Amino acid sequence: MTEMVDQVRVSATAEKVNARLQRRYAVEKRFRFYGIASIVVALSFLAILLFSIISQGHTAFMQAEMRLSVTFDPSVIDPDGGRQKAVLSSADYTALVRNALLARFPEAEDRLARREMIALISQGADLELRKMVMGDPSLIGTTRDVWLPAAASVDQLRKGHMSRDADKGGQFTQRQLGWIDALESSGNLSSRFNKWLFTSGDSRQPELAGLWGAVVGSFYSLLVTVTLSFPLGVATAIYLEEFSTRNRWTDLIEVNINNLAAVPSIVFGLLGLEIFLNVFNLPRSAPLVGGLALTLVSLPTIIIASRVALKAVPPWIREAALGLGASRLQMVMHHVLPLAMPGILTGTIIGMARAVGESAPLLMIGMVAFIVDVPASPLDPSTALPVQIYLWAASPERAFVERTSAAIIVLLCFLAVMNATAIFLRKKFERRW
Amino acid sequence: MPIASEAFLQQSGRAMTGTSKVTAKDVNVYYGDKHALKAVSLDIRANEVTALIGPSGCGKSTFLRCLNRMNDLIEGARVTGLITLDGDDIYDYSLDVVQLRARIGMVFQKPNPFPKSIFDNVAYGPRIHGLAQSSADLEEIVVSSLQRAGLYEEVKDRLSEPGTGLSGGQQQRLCIARAIAVSPEVILMDEPCSALDPIATAKVEELIDELRENYTIVIVTHSMQQAARVSQRTAFFHLGELVEFGDTEQIFTNPQQKLTQGYITGRFG
Repeated sequence: MTEMVDQVRVSATAEKVNARLQRRYAVEKRFRFYGIASIVVALSFLAILLFSIISQGHTAFMQAEMRLSVTFDPSVIDPDGGRQKAVLSSADYTALVRNALLARFPEAEDRLARREMIALISQGADLELRKMVMGDPSLIGTTRDVWLPAAASVDQLRKGHMSRDADKGGQFTQRQLGWIDALESSGNLSSRFNKWLFTSGDSRQPELAGLWGAVVGSFYSLLVTVTLSFPLGVATAIYLEEFSTRNRWTDLIEVNINNLAAVPSIVFGLLGLEIFLNVFNLPRSAPLVGGLALTLVSLPTIIIASRVALKAVPPWIREAALGLGASRLQMVMHHVLPLAMPGILTGTIIGMARAVGESAPLLMIGMVAFIVDVPASPLDPSTALPVQIYLWAASPERAFVERTSAAIIVLLCFLAVMNATAIFLRKKFERRW
Repeated sequence: MPIASEAFLQQSGRAMTGTSKVTAKDVNVYYGDKHALKAVSLDIRANEVTALIGPSGCGKSTFLRCLNRMNDLIEGARVTGLITLDGDDIYDYSLDVVQLRARIGMVFQKPNPFPKSIFDNVAYGPRIHGLAQSSADLEEIVVSSLQRAGLYEEVKDRLSEPGTGLSGGQQQRLCIARAIAVSPEVILMDEPCSALDPIATAKVEELIDELRENYTIVIVTHSMQQAARVSQRTAFFHLGELVEFGDTEQIFTNPQQKLTQGYITGRFG
């Protein structure tokens, strides 16, 4: 009797389970679908972002240059023949450019034609010639074929960003277009690698504007940030995690560190402005001050990541060391810290990556100025990569549009390299236990 | 079995059998509001194995951890009463806890070798205490410690390999070697065999019996057979109190307390 009852009960259970089974699987399937869908959406946004940046920015890595046969006329550069640096540096190199252009287009005789002709070449072409002569004074008296940057408008025309038709925003006259075509067909106007982008500082002339000043500025800022925030952050984390006893004060400190991580970075910029510039009178616009402000930004991130890494070290490692008579500091230095190092380094680099992409605090301390020179030390005025992007994005010239995208590509590469370093360090220091 | 150095032995075998090595008097432990150990007094004799038995949560591990002040690490833990090592109060301010732990070694429940090489595991204690004058000295200490732990033959060709790569039983013997490399006077063992299989357990038990010659050993165990096999004296704890303490033989054959009898015959626990 009871056996039968039991059997009935069993089959009833199986039926109930079966009835729900379909629904359970369906829920599971749906959940997986949601997961995949959200990943696809996220990836496609990333793809759209990268595509739009790269498609706009890749052209900036090449730029139009013009080959001219330049005569380094001694009577223009150095009439006395003294070859003194001051004389060489202040000579009228624009005249050399003009003469070379005239030799190329003898038909430009009136003032208007000459002005139109000069407009084809970059206003910074004379600086290139000066650089050449300063580097090698024996050039004086010779005639050389020299590739000089074309005007940004010529570059934009060749890249199809500008119409040939004056009614559709084209800036060139028929005469200029004729010259451009002539240069093009004779192979004297072509796209070459845009070395200015990677070697020079900012410029009002888009064809001469470069990121190098911003890259160096970012590098110096980051150097200051890492040398300050890594030791400070790790020491704080070690103290809070391994030495302090829990009481009201440490709780307060913990809450405040977590709050600091959420503070908008512009607030740290204001703090930097008030403390570092107004109280300590440090130089304005300097990567040193930028680095100090970015230290404030990245410190909470590093402390939190380091504490998590220290917490993840199994407690029996600590017991084993203390049980052998290691002091607390020996326990930390010999066992806990080495095991936590991969996590700490990853956290630090993520903090650094955040710092390198920050622009708001740098605006506050004046790293947003138009600075042409590449900084030679962390005390020189400079910009940083994200600020340079902001500056170029605000520039009206068409040629700065592609350069803005190019700068974003460079910044993203910077970040990719940093993240790759994080992964590499993690793998290198990772130990199994 | 080759012995490392004279000093190594002399220090370990300082106290004579039968004299009290560690004495606990009226020891109470509180974890916050919880009264974990109630007025425990007991004598641990030199060169004997003292087993602490009792059901889970009875305070035997707590008592063990009082002896090398590992309870200091637990926040909210408070210890009252007197514990002496060779007559010195171990909770006295003038006594350094680092020095204490060099004199009283510990082996934990779960084998916990450092994620370093076998050699570095054993050499760590001597290194931080500056016990070796030279690298040859250090090597001698490591080899003799591994030999005493009965592990040397199994690992002599791979001393530079990670200690975490050994089997569970080997890891535990490595931990014992690591503890005796500092040449402590007392070794505390907190259920050293609970994570090991029967064969590894037998090896460790054999080792404990050998180590008794030179060290004073206190072992917490859940296995009554183990307590009977390895110990000379046994203490039975229940709900934070020391119920009975005496010669192992007497505890297991003729317990004085009903509770003890109930526990060792398996009626509860």
